Order: sequence, then structure tokens, then C-alpha cells
Amino acid sequence: MPFGNTHNNFKLNYKVEEEYPDLSKHNNHMAKVLTKELYGKLRDKQTPNGFTLDDVIQTGVDNPGHPFIMTVGCVAGDEESYEVFKDLLDPIISDRHNGYKATDKHKTDLNFENLKGGDDLDPAYVLSSRVRTGRSIKGFTLPPHSSRGERRGIEKLSVEALTSLDGEFKGKYYPLKSMTDAEQEQLINDHFLFDKPVSPLLTCAGMARDWPDGRGIWHNDNKTFLVWVNEEDHLRVISMQQGGNMREVFRRFCVGLQKIEAIFKKHNHGFMWNEHLGYILTCPSNLGTGLRGGVHVKLPKLSTHAKFDEILTRLRLQKRGTGGVDTASVGGVFDISNADRLGSSEVSQVQLVVDGVKLMVEMEKKLEKGEAIDSMIPAQK
Amino acid sequence: GLILCFSVHLYVARVKPSPPCFHSIRGASSPTLPSTCHSLPAEKKKLKMASSFSRILSSKRKIQILSLVGGSVTAGFLLHRDHVSAGGVPVRRSYPASAEYPDLRKHNNCMASHLTPAIYAKLCDKATPNGYTLDQAIQTGVDNPGHPFIKTVGMVAGDEESYEVFADLLNPVIKERHNGYDPCTMKHPTDLDSSKIHSGNFDAKYVLSSRVRTGRSIRGLSLPPACTRAERREVERVVVEALAGLKDDLAGKYFSLTQMTDEEQQQLIDDHFLFDKPVSPLLTCAGMARDWPDARGIWHNNDKTFLIWINEEDHTRVISMEKGGNMKRVFERFCKGLKEVERLIQERGWEFMWSEKLGYILTCPSNLGTGLRAGVHVKLPRLSKDPRLNSILNNLRLQKRGTGGVDTAAVGGVFDISNLDRLGLSEVQLVQTVIDGVNYLIECEKKLEKGQDIKVPPPLKYFK
Repeated sequence: MPFGNTHNNFKLNYKVEEEYPDLSKHNNHMAKVLTKELYGKLRDKQTPNGFTLDDVIQTGVDNPGHPFIMTVGCVAGDEESYEVFKDLLDPIISDRHNGYKATDKHKTDLNFENLKGGDDLDPAYVLSSRVRTGRSIKGFTLPPHSSRGERRGIEKLSVEALTSLDGEFKGKYYPLKSMTDAEQEQLINDHFLFDKPVSPLLTCAGMARDWPDGRGIWHNDNKTFLVWVNEEDHLRVISMQQGGNMREVFRRFCVGLQKIEAIFKKHNHGFMWNEHLGYILTCPSNLGTGLRGGVHVKLPKLSTHAKFDEILTRLRLQKRGTGGVDTASVGGVFDISNADRLGSSEVSQVQLVVDGVKLMVEMEKKLEKGEAIDSMIPAQK
Repeated sequence: GLILCFSVHLYVARVKPSPPCFHSIRGASSPTLPSTCHSLPAEKKKLKMASSFSRILSSKRKIQILSLVGGSVTAGFLLHRDHVSAGGVPVRRSYPASAEYPDLRKHNNCMASHLTPAIYAKLCDKATPNGYTLDQAIQTGVDNPGHPFIKTVGMVAGDEESYEVFADLLNPVIKERHNGYDPCTMKHPTDLDSSKIHSGNFDAKYVLSSRVRTGRSIRGLSLPPACTRAERREVERVVVEALAGLKDDLAGKYFSLTQMTDEEQQQLIDDHFLFDKPVSPLLTCAGMARDWPDARGIWHNNDKTFLIWINEEDHTRVISMEKGGNMKRVFERFCKGLKEVERLIQERGWEFMWSEKLGYILTCPSNLGTGLRAGVHVKLPRLSKDPRLNSILNNLRLQKRGTGGVDTAAVGGVFDISNLDRLGLSEVQLVQTVIDGVNYLIECEKKLEKGQDIKVPPPLKYFK
């Protein structure tokens, strides 16, 4: 708990081995990297906002991990966390993001016109398309560390920015703590409403404190562009629609993001971004583009093919159930999205989704006809 | 004129508070304490001799006084040093108290009832010597608006000093929770002399089991919401070492949660001894489940009648229990065990957190005083259907729970009946209240069996 570590210097009365967490049963990125020596080296440090090493790692200490899924096990409390604790976070980032080096540069490309195709995914198979990312507002601390005053400041600034949008982006903000029952019902039916985090990965990092104070949902009148305020990140930005026109979803995503960013910049609160890590978000797994672009696609035959997982890996894609992360697929319908976040641009990541899904739909059609798909299996992208 | 400037270098010790030398337990000075203090290893002695500055002053006041005494340069230097001292507050306070004040309009807990914007503004920059703040103390109450029927406390203490530093909020909360007990004017009686108990052997036809529990905190170490891993491990070490000294019917064994075997775990579950990682948001939001299961464990005697939980919601929870209705014997073992454990930790230079005003200091303000819940599982099938049951219980200063514990329902007319009160009455008084009350309930049940009528007894007085 962030405020549980404001007495960091008091802990320095104790020796390193007395404070070093027991990570012997842990399986997450943090536990792999945090040796006793590294703990000793970093434990007296804090960011200018007072975020400490124990704040960074608490979620990873409390959640030993999944036997199959390797969780990150740490969070950032502010932009400076990635500097002050780079000796811990750089190896984790490298491990999580395909060997990304401390000297690598990340490319940002939100020019939707650079995307090739993407408007012709077969709607008989592709039920819906969606792109999401996160944005952090410079000058504020991140959800694990923000105080009530800061969170409210973030909300106020965000609402000002969002309600000034017009045209296809004209919309309305629904603060969680004062929405009516009718509004709540509608947002649930639209699959827009986010709930208080129950995952201990998030609660142990302090992100659910003071719920629902300062939290809310904004969406445009068309219900195709949606922003979550103060959930796991300052802003989660989502563009979505039924059917397979990923190109249109991505266009609206890019245009909307750029409009929002321009407004925040005018208020001297641009988004957190740097050349090395791209967009700065709470979880190191979301650095870079923070982008997950995906579709709900019917692949009943392909999904039971022996090579399905290998195909996904080669296409740099991942599968989830239609309830999102940690859910199972229902009726052969999968959520297929890009696996990468850091080290490649938004355009290239969405391109992988578009090309990969197109290929997999072709494969599905072949399997329906009883034909083999071995010749179609791609090389590693 | 001549401006005389002098600077004062204050060694603001990064210390643990509360030198045991200056306290006496239960108003009588313990003969072992002074000598124990001097025989401590040097390191521990230094840590125990608290700097009164860092203990009493809030960070802001410290700076003001230092500026007066030593000029702004020194104050500036020490302001920077503030990051380093144990009594420091969070560096960043970019928003005024009014912007940080929690929205408590939908809340129904004791903290929300008493935390006015004025009190928040007064206390929000303060910290205990270990650095525990108001925001931390109230976080659980902010995150858990409360139950429409049950009024939760809504705040915790991170250390012994929390009850002083945040007294402006905790005192009214204590008063509300403990029937008007005023820590400013009243004293809490501690009495663990079990020989004073009379007629504590119930009819086994009705009483299935008897149990007494309390908690104890180790002075000088932070409480579960705030403790560091090292402190928590020290609590475990201190208590386990002491428990190893218990003999005869109290001799037993420690089972660390991190190291217990599957067989041991199964046995502890079958004995209904094993406690689990807290899932209640009342506890998790207060930070008590951090680093689970590091330094948590269960100790019990070989007879399985005396049991201690280490580092769950409190440093220790002490439980004496047995099947049947011999509450007197349960309480005897309880008192004997507690006194033995206390003696054993004192031999090693430690003591329990206790004060004249608040009795035994525990994490939750609801457990101050005795921290004692004495109860029975009792079969009252006829009485359970009588609409007067709740009034009877209320007047007897008892509460009912289901046999699964708090927040469970009664099964087959079997209730968990225990004392309502914790603070302002002694252990002996509370246990006697339970004994007298349960005897009355059994008499009622017997009367109903014979078709006779029962009476609601007159209400007991709160404090003598």
C-alpha cells in the first residue's frame, strides 16, 4: 500500500536480509530479478514524490504468481519510478518485452493512414473490433500512489478535455460515484462499465483506494469511443464497433487520441512519454504503445487444430476468452490481439492483427472445406 | 541591532518509541523491568531510548520550532533531513487538506461519523515516530463505507503512538464504540485473577464448547497495518522464543505458515485451528495482509486447548478453548497462559503494549481494553424462537453469533453467545458476565421446556 511505505527510512534501521522479501515460492518477473543485493542497493531510494522500492514490488510480493502465466509483479508510482528504479525495471522490461534493451528507442506512429487494409475482415467471422491503450498525464503520480486530491485533479482535467470534444467525439462523462441507476444499467448493457478492481494484482498495488472517488466513464454519443478515468491508469482510451472494420476503429482511435492530447498539452499537462519507453503507464507490461488491438472472431475449427497456438506465436498474436483476460472462449469465439507493446509502433501492431486475423479466417474457411492448412502456416514474424 | 544566530544540530533519532523503563504495567512497577533495561544489548537499548522530540512533535511543528531556534538555514537543512528522520511525513503535499478530505457522504462507520474536515485538516500532516499517517489509519474506513446494519469502526492503529497522535479522532471513535468510555478521564481495569470466578461450569446438555480469546501486542514494534517485514519477523521470533518456554499442560509447538507440511496443514484445518489469509476488505484495505504468509503462524499446546495466532490481525491472538461447559477452567488456563507468556517475553526485555487509559493496545479500536471475547456454543432451540431473545441478550450485555463466528447464522438452535463489551470492564468482570448470562439463558430454556414463562432481566450497568 503506497501510504504504508512513507516510513521507508525507518526500515533502514533493519538490515537488508531482515527486510528482503521471501520470494522462494514466487514466479513473476520481479521475483526473477530482485536479488537481495539489488534490494539492498535500491531500498533507500525514493522518487521525488516519495514512491519507494517496497511500493514498487508490494503487488509482486503479495501475489506469488500463476504457474502458467508470468505476471510482472511490480508497478510504477510515477514517471520517475522508471528512472529511480531502473536497475530493477530495465531487466524486467527486457524480459517482458522480447529483450528490449536499455539503449533501445521506441517508435510511436499514430498515423492511421499508414495502416494497409483492415477494412475488409469478413463479418461472418469477425464479430467486433476494438483498440485500447492507456495514457498518463504528466505532472501527476500514477494510480498506485495518487492521493485523493491528485486523483480528483486528474479527473477534473480529463473531464474538461473530453467534454470539449465535438463532431463524432461529442459525448458525456459519468462519474462513478454519482451515476443514476438507469445510467449504470445502460452502461452495463453497453459493456462499458468498469467495476472496482477485485484482482489482487491491482488491489495489492493500492489502485482501488478511495473507490469510487475520482473515477468515471466518458463515451461519445455514438458509443464507439470510450475513456475510463482513474481505473488502472489515468486514462484508458477505447475505440470499438461491431463487425470487422478495424481500419475505421483504428482511424477513430488515432484521431481521438490526438485531439485529446492536444487539449492536455494546451493545459501544460501533456501525456507521459519518452523516446526510450514510449507512453509511460502504471504497469511495465503496457509500456510503449500500451496498445491492445483485437477482434472477437469465430474460429471453432482452427482453435482446435494442433498448431493453433504455434500459429498465434508466429503471428505475434495472443488469444483470450471473450470475457477478456483470464476467461475461456465460448462457442469457438476468441479474442485475438497483438502480443507486443514495446519496440514496435501502433501502426505495425495493428497491422499484425489485421494481417494475422485475415490469414486465420482464410485458414478457418479451408478447414471448413476439409482442406489442409499446412502450406499456409506462416514464418515467425 | 545585532541578530544572534546560532544553529542547533538535533540528533533526530531513527528510533523505536516507548522506553520500557518509564512505563509500569498495571500501575505496579515490575521489579524485573529496570534491571532488564540495563541488561539489554547496546543496540536494542539505543533503539529503545526514544527521542522525545521525534515522538511528540509533528513534522510541521518541529520545523517551526527549529526555525525559531536555529534560523532558517538550519531549519532548511533539517527540513531536507526530514526525509531521513523516522518521524517524517510524506514529502509531497501539493493539495490542501480540503482537496484531500475523503467523501464520506455515503459512509456509515465510526470514523466517518467523527472525521470532520476540521479534524482532518488538523491531523493530516501529522505522523507517528514510525511515520504512520492519518490517511493510512482511515484508509479502511474510506474504502469500506459500511454495512447498513452493522456499524464498523472504520479505522485502525499502525502503532501504539497512533492512539496519541490521532487522539482527536480516535477518542470520539472509542467513546462511541465503547458505550461512552472516555480515554481522557477514565481508567481501564485489568484483572486476570481467575480465582475470582464463580459457578463457571455449565450443564453440558446445553453448552457444547467454551472459549476465551484476546490479543496482545509487543511494545516497540509496529502493528500489522504498518509493520515492515523485518518488524513482523521480529514479532514472530520474540513470541515463538517465549512460547518455547511454556511447560506441562501448556507445552506445545509452532507451525509457521510458510513452512508447514501438507499433513500439518490438514490437521490444523481438521482441528479448526488454521487461519487463512484475510479476505475481508476491512482488513486488506488496512494493509494487514501484506507479504502473506511471511512471518505468520500458529502455535498450540499438545493438549490442543491453548492456541496462539501470530501476525494475523494483531501481533498475537491468544485463545483458550475446550469442549463442554467448564468456562472456569478455560479462563484459568487463559490467565495462566497469558501470564506465563508475559513473564517469558519480559525475561528477554520485551513487554506487551498496555496503558492505564486504554488497557491492552490492539490494532482495531474495538478490541481495546481487555480485547476479550469469552463465549460458548450453546443449544437453545426453544429460546431461539422466542421474540424476547434479543432483549434478553441485550440486557445481559451479550451478543449472539452463528457457530461459524461473526457474520454467520445459527444452525439447529446452537448459538455462539459472548460478551459485548471490551473496554472499561476487567477480564474477570466480563467472563463473570458471560457466565451469569449463559446460566440465565439455560434457565430460560429449561423453563420453556417445562412450559413455564420466562422474564426479560433488568439491564446490567455498563461501568462500575
